[in-house]
Amino acid sequence: MPAPGETVDPSRVASLDPDQLAAAVAAARESISAAADLDALAAVRTAHVQGDAAPLVRARRDLGALAREERADAGRRHNAARAEVQAAFDARLVELTADRDARVLRDEVVDVTLPVTRRPRGARHPLTALTDRIVDVFVAMGYEVAEGPEVEHDWFNFEALNMPPDHPARSEHDTLYVEPAGSGRLLRTHTSPVQIRSLLSRPLPVYVVAPGRTYRNDTIDATHSPVFGQLEGLAVDKGITMADLRGTLSVFAEALFGSGLSTRLRPSFFPFTEPSAELDVQCFACRGEAAGQPCRVCSDEGWIEIGGCGMVDPNVLRAAGVDPTRYSGFAFGMGLERAAMFRHGVREIRNFVEGDVRFGLPFGIEG
Amino acid sequence: MVTGVDPTASIPLTWARRLSLAGMRPISAPVDVTNAVLLGLGQPLHAFDRAKLSGPIVVRAAAPGEKLRTLDGVERVLDPEDLVIADDSGPVALAGVMGGASTEVSAQTTDIVLESAHFDPIRIARTARRHRLSSEASRRFERGVDPALAPVAAAVAVDLLAELTGARPAPGVTDIDHRSPAVAVPLPLGEAERLAGRSYPAEVVRRRLSDVGCTIAEGKTTQGRGNPGDDPADGDTLLVVPPSWRPDLMRAADLVEEIVRLEGYDTIPVTLPRLPAGRGLTPSQRLRRAVGRALAHDGFVEVLTLPFVARDAADALGLAADDPRRAAVRMANPIAEDAAYLRTTLLSGLIAAAVRNIGRGQQDLALFEAGLVFRERSAAAWPTSPPARRRPTDEEIAGLDVALPEQPRHVAALLTGRRELGVLGGTGRAADWADAVDAAHLVAEALGLSLTVTAGDSMPWHPGRCARLSIEGRLVGSAGELHPRVLADVGLPPRSVAMELDLDALLEVAATTPAVAAPTISNYPPADRDVALVVPTRVPVAEVTAALRDGAGELLESLTLFDVFEGAQVGPGQRSLAFGLRLRADDRTLTAAEANAARDAAVAAAADRTGATLRA
Repeated sequence: MPAPGETVDPSRVASLDPDQLAAAVAAARESISAAADLDALAAVRTAHVQGDAAPLVRARRDLGALAREERADAGRRHNAARAEVQAAFDARLVELTADRDARVLRDEVVDVTLPVTRRPRGARHPLTALTDRIVDVFVAMGYEVAEGPEVEHDWFNFEALNMPPDHPARSEHDTLYVEPAGSGRLLRTHTSPVQIRSLLSRPLPVYVVAPGRTYRNDTIDATHSPVFGQLEGLAVDKGITMADLRGTLSVFAEALFGSGLSTRLRPSFFPFTEPSAELDVQCFACRGEAAGQPCRVCSDEGWIEIGGCGMVDPNVLRAAGVDPTRYSGFAFGMGLERAAMFRHGVREIRNFVEGDVRFGLPFGIEG
Repeated sequence: MVTGVDPTASIPLTWARRLSLAGMRPISAPVDVTNAVLLGLGQPLHAFDRAKLSGPIVVRAAAPGEKLRTLDGVERVLDPEDLVIADDSGPVALAGVMGGASTEVSAQTTDIVLESAHFDPIRIARTARRHRLSSEASRRFERGVDPALAPVAAAVAVDLLAELTGARPAPGVTDIDHRSPAVAVPLPLGEAERLAGRSYPAEVVRRRLSDVGCTIAEGKTTQGRGNPGDDPADGDTLLVVPPSWRPDLMRAADLVEEIVRLEGYDTIPVTLPRLPAGRGLTPSQRLRRAVGRALAHDGFVEVLTLPFVARDAADALGLAADDPRRAAVRMANPIAEDAAYLRTTLLSGLIAAAVRNIGRGQQDLALFEAGLVFRERSAAAWPTSPPARRRPTDEEIAGLDVALPEQPRHVAALLTGRRELGVLGGTGRAADWADAVDAAHLVAEALGLSLTVTAGDSMPWHPGRCARLSIEGRLVGSAGELHPRVLADVGLPPRSVAMELDLDALLEVAATTPAVAAPTISNYPPADRDVALVVPTRVPVAEVTAALRDGAGELLESLTLFDVFEGAQVGPGQRSLAFGLRLRADDRTLTAAEANAARDAAVAAAADRTGATLRA
């Protein structure tokens, strides 16, 4: 370090001269703003901001050569110059980094419409999903789900349901019997035997729904199937009335086909109910206004037949050990394929049993 | 009896057309008249040719071995339970069902004996069924004919014969009346309200009942006697006598239907019953849904196939002669002879569905089905049905149930073609045995269970690629690649795979499984150690992992097999298994020495139990 009063090399001191500093700052700023990318900016950093050869870095070293009294001023000037350059540099760095990031993202663009599915999709059967949907409506009302065997005994399928061996209604059931003939074993023709099993095995009152597979001796084609799904409901309690049946079926129909659709009961005959009725629901497609205009869903009827129902016949209650003078009950049954065909516009009943994945897949998990 | 029938007479053309439209072929005036009365009044009649009868006709039960040629030309051997119309020569008609050929009215008939009768519905139904002979007459008698109608119908028929054929009624109508007097049905006045849920004033009840032809004996009061809804106001009970043409009106409920129906079902209010709190789905029902959802989410499509299979279904699957899946239930009246049995395994239906899909161009398939299979029990006794007028005893119910086949619920899956699809030019991945085993694990996990896998050799699986699946020592199913011969026989591509599980058995175990115990989550860092073991190839990996787990003890958090290698370096009959052990303690950071000790203990256990050696 030069002693006070020592002659100082003017060229070195000149680096701290205000003009010189200003020139260095100007040069640095120009280079900074001229840097087109981060690599260029890194070079500018070496040349103008932090590199040993950068004028401002050299000027800082020169500070020490100044006389003490001049050093403070020069230091302030130098600091201001450096701060200005650093700020310019930082700003440009942010700018160029953002540019670079944006460019990288631009370069990484993909066509998001390319096929993406590596894992094949699956689906539940539409009848399974529909069964769950209906069952949930009744479970929410407090019903429980009852089940029974598919190979059933004649007593449960017919006799206990007020169809003794020579009852004419039996001939309408096209029953599939199981060998040996005379063993009384058959494939259940409806889910109604589950009513009997429920009444025999559960304490009163009984509120159950029984979904399941049932069988008839039919050859499969577009409109017939030897196997079809049914859902049965049974309520046996003190004071159960047909009014309760109407209310329950309305709740059910709205849950399945949509709100605001009315239901109606039409007189009918079933051996296991008295009085008996067919349940019709207003057509959900034309909303019962098919009169005058064609409706493919209800064949211009305005109503869709959903199933049969009625008050449990006293003979049925007796066979199940229930006193028909103290208890009453209602029962209803419906075909699941028929409901699914309406709900989803299924054209052929055999679609349900063929297992073609093109039919099943669109139903997804919940149908 | 009528005489002097003009054999050439015929009925008017309009009548003939109506008969045809009703499905009856006009034959001759006497026959057409009986048919017209049958259609018009609902009373079956039969005309005998007087000349062909010997002696008077009677109604009696057939004698054993008696024969009758009926009008359809069939010679029938009669059963003592059959009712016949007979003359001195023997049976001349099957009562209520069909006439006999020997006394048939012909073009020469001039004198006719007209039979108009009422028969017991059940007796006629049995005869019709016994002889597989359902006629217009039997169908009506089975369902009930007005017992008062017989003489009326006979008189109408005689009048018509006189008018159309010039016949003269012979004096003397034989009228044998065995009718029981009409029985009055007690109807509590409040019964319609009890069942329909709205009130029906007494005058409405009376009016509606008389609308359908009932007569009402004056109301008698039966206080109490357990009529529900018994409140003092409707303690009145009507005694209702139904008309003869309504044999279906036998009980109060039948009368209520008439009242409620005629007043209109739409006048019934809309209410909801007040249910006691339900318990929701049973655990099994909930878990079954979980299984279906899990498989569907994993890419399987649910199918519900027909459960009918051919006699040779078990052969097609190569099942052994003593395989329990050969105990198939057979239909007595099958829809088709090649579908006369019920499935004992879900694979039959899945294979058929897969073949159908492939035939329609879908090569990549993952199908599943959940449903009942049917297995005949050995030496079942056939119970007689208990009477339906009372509750059967528990023994009677058990007797009925034990006659039924076993019907466990199974779940099965079948994969063929690709399990993963290729995207962007990739070829995807073909399904293999592991996918089938994985599907079985998926089902078990949906139930909160864990399957034990050992090598199996059950048909229809490939004997070297069949996993035997068990739980708590109980065999619950199999999974793996299907046997190449079976695949060739049924027409599925090579390497197709499948699994089948006894879902009921799994649900049974799940029902007794306690709630999941939460794991302790340690916040300390893990220590990872890899080991490569050389093990004889015949030792299943499951045995090695079990030994490693036991040897490593509590510190082992997870064990991963990350490489399997066979080749010259490990020698013949050997393979190298590389495992990653992740070790962690709940309460401290493991030292290197502790981690190494656990690893060494694991290796030692594997060496001890499986002959494994550390790979150099």
